[in-house]
Amino acid sequence: MGLDDNLAQEAGQNTADEAIKVTDLHKSFGTLEVLKGVSLTAQKGDVVAIIGGSGSGKSTLLRCINFLETPTSGTITVSGEDVEMRADGSPANRRQLERIRTRLAMVFQAFNLWTHRTLLENVIEVPVYVLKMPRAEAIKKAKVLLDRVGLGDKAETFPSFLSGGQQQRAAIARALAVDPSVMLFDEPTSALDPELVGEVLTVIRDLAAEGRTMLLVTHEMKFAREVATHIIYLYEGRIEEQGPPDAVFGNPKSPRLQQFLKTVGW
Amino acid sequence: MELLSLSPPGWGGNLLRGLVNSLQIALGAFGMGLVIGLFGAYGKLYGGVVIRDLLGIYTTVIRAVPELVLILILYYVGTDLINKASEAMGYGRVEISGVVAGIWVLGIVQGAYSTEILRGAIQAVPKGQMEAARAYGMPAFLVMRRVTIPAMMSFAVPGLANLWLIATKDTALLAIVGFSELTLETKQAAASTRAYFTFFLAAGALYLIVTLLSGVVFGRIEKWARRGQPSLRTGQSR
Ligand SMILES: Nc1ncnc2c1ncn2[C@@H]1O[C@H](COP(=O)(O)OP(=O)(O)O)[C@@H](O)[C@H]1O
Ligand SMILES: [Mg+2]
Repeated sequence: MGLDDNLAQEAGQNTADEAIKVTDLHKSFGTLEVLKGVSLTAQKGDVVAIIGGSGSGKSTLLRCINFLETPTSGTITVSGEDVEMRADGSPANRRQLERIRTRLAMVFQAFNLWTHRTLLENVIEVPVYVLKMPRAEAIKKAKVLLDRVGLGDKAETFPSFLSGGQQQRAAIARALAVDPSVMLFDEPTSALDPELVGEVLTVIRDLAAEGRTMLLVTHEMKFAREVATHIIYLYEGRIEEQGPPDAVFGNPKSPRLQQFLKTVGW
Repeated sequence: MELLSLSPPGWGGNLLRGLVNSLQIALGAFGMGLVIGLFGAYGKLYGGVVIRDLLGIYTTVIRAVPELVLILILYYVGTDLINKASEAMGYGRVEISGVVAGIWVLGIVQGAYSTEILRGAIQAVPKGQMEAARAYGMPAFLVMRRVTIPAMMSFAVPGLANLWLIATKDTALLAIVGFSELTLETKQAAASTRAYFTFFLAAGALYLIVTLLSGVVFGRIEKWARRGQPSLRTGQSR
């Protein structure tokens, strides 16, 4: 699947500007219902920030979107294409899911770089082995990306020898290497020492500025207000309040959101 | 000393031939054990109830029964079954090569231990490693080949090195079914010349050399498998 195929496919869809759509998503772990009907849409270029207390279902929401968790019900639409699901929510078409996953690049809280591979190897892994890009081309591209996140001189270094901030920036380079339609960030700075948060946020801010579509779970409220086009406040598996950043942060309506913003020191 | 010379009347050549046979079997059995072990480990971790139970019985029984007994059972039962099958199909008795039988018998034993070593190693790999691979659209087999297996290597190699040494030494047990590996060749040489001390010392030296060389090889493999992990001693740079 090259970039051209993606574009061709997207051009064939009517909902050409819709990068991702989640409709009435439910997810239970056993008897615990974690998501109770969540719907959201992100147009191309949108930065949707998802905020909410611990355990409100933010990670589960992101993980259902790329089917790292199997939804209980609901639909996920990526660039106008529905992910085929069985009645029980499990993916019905493995190939389709794998193809769609390559367009959704996830950045994890714990980085999850492949520890037995150098940064360069991490960045070329998916382009070469999943997208079948020629190795030389992938390497060239990876070096540009590593440069971009300020790690051009660390290409041959293994992740464990780097700081958390450097690892997370490398993970973002890995995500960019697949030319994603949507980037999924799950608390990308929560595992970092405070002095390393800034360098990662700077990279994400640049990506937002160049019009990347992203879903961003974060506890950095100031940052969310600054970069997001839309804020979603999740409370116990439901969207309690949403809207443009200035409205949500400047004039929160729900008492729960007001309380939440107070506890995070907004 | 001339007893050990490589050409007759020396017995050195016989000992070396025995050693080659032993190593052949050890290598084959270790390799077969790894293949069984990989399937076994994945079966135990991801298989259905039936597969898990069958594998549980396999690893428990093999590890519970003394290897000498297992070798006798597997060798005689195995050759007997093959001959019965061959006769039933109208071919008459078949001559089973000692090397093949040895590999088969020891391979099944090794497979049980490999299964447990590899299962533990796979479980020791942080879940996020596989999750990242899946999230980026890798099919299951690619995840195994590109992420799980290389990432588990550093956990598996010390156990596998032990298993390999056991394999080299277990070949000696095959003497009991008349296979001319190093120990049996040594015994025959010693009995013919009555130079017991000389020959068993020589055989011991050969086993020792194999062990030492193996240590070097596995040391290299382990170092490679641990690339990317800071060493415990310095906590820093490679
Ligand atoms: N694999 C799982 N099995 C059972 N419960 C889970 C699992 N993953 C998450 N949960 C539960 O789902 C709820 C929401 O979790 P999560 O989505 O991680 O919240 P958040 O990311 O908003 O902190 C929590 O109560 C958590 O304990
Ligand atoms: Mg979370």
